Amino acid sequence: MAQEFWRWKENRWTSPDITWKGARTLTCGVDVGSVSTQAVIMADGELYAYSNMRTGSSSPESAENALKWALEGTDLSRDKLAYTVGTGYGRVNVPFANRAITEIACHARGANFMYGPTVRTVLDMGGQDCKAIRCDEKGKVISFLMNDKCAAGTGRGMEVFSELLQVPIEKVGELSFQVDQEPPPVSSTCVVFAKSEASGLLRAGWPKNKVLAAYCSAMAHRIFTLLERIGVEKDFAITGGIAKNIGVVKRLEKELGLTVAPPKADPQIAGGVGAALFAKTLVEKGKA
Amino acid sequence: MITAGIDMGAKTIKVVLLEDGKKIRAKAKELGGTDTKAAGEKAFNAALFQAGLKMAEVSHITSTGAGAAGAPYARDKITEVGADAKGAVFLHPAARTVIDVGAEEGKTLRCDAHGKVIDFAVNEKCAAGAGSFMESMARALEVKLEELGPLALQSSGTIPMNAQCAVFAESEVVTLVHQKHSKMDIAKAVHDAIGDRITSMVRKVGFEPDVVLIGGVSKNPAFVETMRRNLQVDVKVLDDPEFVGALGAAIVAAENAGVK
Repeated sequence: MAQEFWRWKENRWTSPDITWKGARTLTCGVDVGSVSTQAVIMADGELYAYSNMRTGSSSPESAENALKWALEGTDLSRDKLAYTVGTGYGRVNVPFANRAITEIACHARGANFMYGPTVRTVLDMGGQDCKAIRCDEKGKVISFLMNDKCAAGTGRGMEVFSELLQVPIEKVGELSFQVDQEPPPVSSTCVVFAKSEASGLLRAGWPKNKVLAAYCSAMAHRIFTLLERIGVEKDFAITGGIAKNIGVVKRLEKELGLTVAPPKADPQIAGGVGAALFAKTLVEKGKA
Repeated sequence: MITAGIDMGAKTIKVVLLEDGKKIRAKAKELGGTDTKAAGEKAFNAALFQAGLKMAEVSHITSTGAGAAGAPYARDKITEVGADAKGAVFLHPAARTVIDVGAEEGKTLRCDAHGKVIDFAVNEKCAAGAGSFMESMARALEVKLEELGPLALQSSGTIPMNAQCAVFAESEVVTLVHQKHSKMDIAKAVHDAIGDRITSMVRKVGFEPDVVLIGGVSKNPAFVETMRRNLQVDVKVLDDPEFVGALGAAIVAAENAGVK
């Protein structure tokens, strides 16, 4: 089969520092997104293990696989998990979840944990949507804006470009800086039109990296306009897959004139972390 | 006197040769491809050949379309909306509303009996209301573009589509195929989606009869059917609907050259 350039690496992790054995409350958060699914296991509110994989055609199966993979490599069994919260696009389709909570709430809560309580603005850049969230010091949502209607400014748009240019998606950011001079951004907003515009640029002799630079900067600008509408207050954190693309992140930082907070863990798991933290609160308040 | 209109569209280039501002002498079309300038010249030569004319016999050339700059030999240029209105009223004098759906944009306009534009709206930002949308959907359904309309006309069911964006709709169509919906019903859903998009644009500007459809997408019978249903009026597709802009440009060329 031909190489699929958009296909990012799935990953899993277990904490080398903590063990579940002494923990009072073990909770789980499962974030079934349109493109990726994460299962996060927390021991007394500390990150213990997680998995991050591609969402398949069935949400229940994807949730099941993610949990299995998160547990793999630990000696924990799923019956020890006190409570599970499902979130994300497929949150109502997590068969083993005790409850579903929206991904907006979960991302804000997760970002509060992963980037610290000073975070006031969270940008979640998902596979098929993009959300700008304002939150308080507890990670509670104050307001949000969302684009889930248009592929421009979402991970899907970046996938289209990685395929078009045949560049593995993890390398897009790095390569986009290997240009003599920063080109003007791709002018079409629509991904379909941007793709034909990019084909034209390639035919006109632009090297791949220059086209990548032009697209990363167009995407950064697109997100900037969303953030501008809601207003950005420091600290500013980015969650979701695009957070790993420095080509977009650095250009967005420049446009905003501020630096993005560094994450404690994979930015893709923020929703799952938030869900697992909500699960812990629910258990502690006896609402589980 | 011979005048010419050249419409440098996003995907195809159209040329119309007109005699004394009244009689259409030739129509030619060429894919824009990578070198739109060369393609324009090719279309022009094809039209001249058809009419048995030489370039020197053409008194005035007017260009229009997104890539009008690619026809430097044109004496002047007019907006696409202006060209559409002129061309449509020439072919169908009762036309007061013109809906033009091309490869990369959708337009709607209202005009008077002289083909003068009163109001208009254009979508050139989003593929969801343009021919590119249909191309993506045909690809996702693995059918030829020309088959998409006839397929939709055979449908008896209705599936609502959630996605508006052409990129998201492509994934949604793949999901619908996996869910074992018939290609006929999916094709209908696709037409409903683009039809609703165009309809909301038309409603914004308002419409009065006669309503005419032009542009490449109007060759799709299921799209025409959807527009008829949505607007609840008779919608007429003009002959050779993708040439109407070029025809309008040729008429303006004749006016500018002083043909009465």
